Amino acid sequence: MIERSHHDMGGLPAGKVERSEHDYAQWERRVDALMVLLSGIKGPKKLLTVDELRKNIEALGPEAYDKMSYYERWVTSITQSMIQRGVISTEELARKMVEVERRDG
Amino acid sequence: MSELGKYAPLTYFQLMEVSLRELLVEKGVVSDAEVDAVATDMKTRGPERGAKVVARAWTDPAYKQRLLADGTAACEELGLDVPALRLVVVENTPEVHNVIVCTLCSCYPRMLLGLPPDWYKSREYRSRVVREPRAVLAEFGTAIPDEVAIRVHDSTADMRYLVLPLRPADTEDWSEQRLAGIVTRDSMIGVAPAKAA
Repeated sequence: MIERSHHDMGGLPAGKVERSEHDYAQWERRVDALMVLLSGIKGPKKLLTVDELRKNIEALGPEAYDKMSYYERWVTSITQSMIQRGVISTEELARKMVEVERRDG
Repeated sequence: MSELGKYAPLTYFQLMEVSLRELLVEKGVVSDAEVDAVATDMKTRGPERGAKVVARAWTDPAYKQRLLADGTAACEELGLDVPALRLVVVENTPEVHNVIVCTLCSCYPRMLLGLPPDWYKSREYRSRVVREPRAVLAEFGTAIPDEVAIRVHDSTADMRYLVLPLRPADTEDWSEQRLAGIVTRDSMIGVAPAKAA
């Protein structure tokens, strides 16, 4: 018997469905747009597959998975996929995040 | 959100988004214009495309047959692009009510309905709708009589479902366009009926 992974929640007990909705923030839409463009849903690029996106979301620990919002999981996963594919490096990302935080943070 | 004219600092993940995007732009992988164009397109995309498909199926029996046989091709017939996906349309009847979910993540017919609502992606909906759909639908104010079977369809990355809701009574003389106006997102997910009022 394979142990059920954290994201695999179909059929498990859970609380009442809260009919929550929010209008997505622009940064969330941009994360979505990066997925659409990198995966070639729009345009010619084939730098990300939906399976990679899911794999790297599912690789988040249960605690992180629950704590993070939907597009927080996505941006983490897309970034991880770009590092795994060698499109960007962890060093470049670390440098850039420091730079952006100083500039915009 | 800004408060008293002061911008809140970026969260860690917003910082990650800006950084990732700027690196990809610097490397020529994407351009800011492309990202903005796609983000804006999703913002304007609601359930109108899905509603158009449903209204056509309600008014054109031959189209409905084609839609149920091959959802992707039938959407393309209306000029709606369903990129690289198999779309399966499931028809509500007086005997069967259909509802869609993605238990593993958040797969959704976004090309027809826009981005999914938060509750569709929630642990509560994903966990429970496959086990106790009648109870979950009741929480949406949708009472399905016991004699009506409920079928729950679990979407995948490669295959999306769309519910073809029942056409409300007393809409026989309505135009296709007027009908499209009453086809809601929730009726195409299957958590609510389409209503004439």
